[in-house]
Amino acid sequence: MHEYSLVRALLDRVDAAVREHGATSVAALRVRIGEVAGVEMELFSSAFELARAGTTSAAADLELVSAPARWECTSCRVEAPRGGVLRCPACGDPVRLAAGDEIVLERIEMEVP
Amino acid sequence: MCNDCGCGDTDKVSVEIHESLLAGNAAQAAHNREHFAARGMLALNLMGSPGSGKTALLEATARALAVGPAAGSPHHLAALSGDLATDHDGARLRAAGIPAATITTGSACHLDAKLVHHALHHLDLGDADTLVIENVGNLVCPAIYDLGEAAAVVALSVTEGEDKPLKYPTMFHGADLVLLTKVDLLPHLPGFRMAVLEDALARTMPRLRVIRISAVTGEGLPGWIAWLEEQRSAMPKRIAAAPGHHEHPAHPHAH
Repeated sequence: MHEYSLVRALLDRVDAAVREHGATSVAALRVRIGEVAGVEMELFSSAFELARAGTTSAAADLELVSAPARWECTSCRVEAPRGGVLRCPACGDPVRLAAGDEIVLERIEMEVP
Repeated sequence: MCNDCGCGDTDKVSVEIHESLLAGNAAQAAHNREHFAARGMLALNLMGSPGSGKTALLEATARALAVGPAAGSPHHLAALSGDLATDHDGARLRAAGIPAATITTGSACHLDAKLVHHALHHLDLGDADTLVIENVGNLVCPAIYDLGEAAAVVALSVTEGEDKPLKYPTMFHGADLVLLTKVDLLPHLPGFRMAVLEDALARTMPRLRVIRISAVTGEGLPGWIAWLEEQRSAMPKRIAAAPGHHEHPAHPHAH
């Protein structure tokens, strides 16, 4: 379950921001997870529940936002249909994943004295 | 702080970060990549399910390089093997003549760039110019961790079923090559439909490249070794007198 490793990376990044801003605690976190990032949202949430005890994020609300996958042609930028063969419907060239594989910490809401 | 009534309430501050949770791993992977480039070493990340035949494939590759179709090749293999609990794969590879070290991951289901970097300091790479990093057997977690490799190779055995690429798409999205292993077993798998597997790969692999291979009969080994040569020739040429890892005076980390 690599979701636990990702949550550890999240908590480390949040801790750095907390120190930087001299915050006392974290109120909310927003993380965007791509549809084909290979991350199970529910497992990510469970891992967060386990790992956050005793950290500055112990009482934080975790908001997970899903981002859809988008495949586009490497040559002509035409979008390829999801679930289809990974070739450009217009020119037949290979397509690439333009969005949907990201795992991004977007925003932290902190309590600052 | 609330300055109106002296109640001591804190202020809520919202900070935009927009940073990947894999940023730390990506930085370490870039560092590993520099090491490989400085040595002129081709590094591959070999992934696949437990029992998909990753180790057997490397054993067969070593045999082919010694006495098989690629005998006389100037290239030498080394391996790093990720394993939850044992050194079995490392021992098999060493017995096959491949310098190999094991990364024991404990409960971790995947290798990351930091584990690989640490292990590189404990493996005598000798004159090896091709390093195969045999990941933990798992078709899910290793897919998202860049190790600094030049190419990602997925071993998928014919006994796993034709729909695996559709069930584990992330693994195949990032693959540069799929080695379809154990093809010698096909006569015993009357229900196996190659066209269904090929369709699943076409829907999940943007850089579609498949080699059918058998570590038992040697079928496909010449194609696999030719692919290795192709990867080597696509590498930027080693810069003469590039500093190796241990001679690098400004190396920015402790060992």
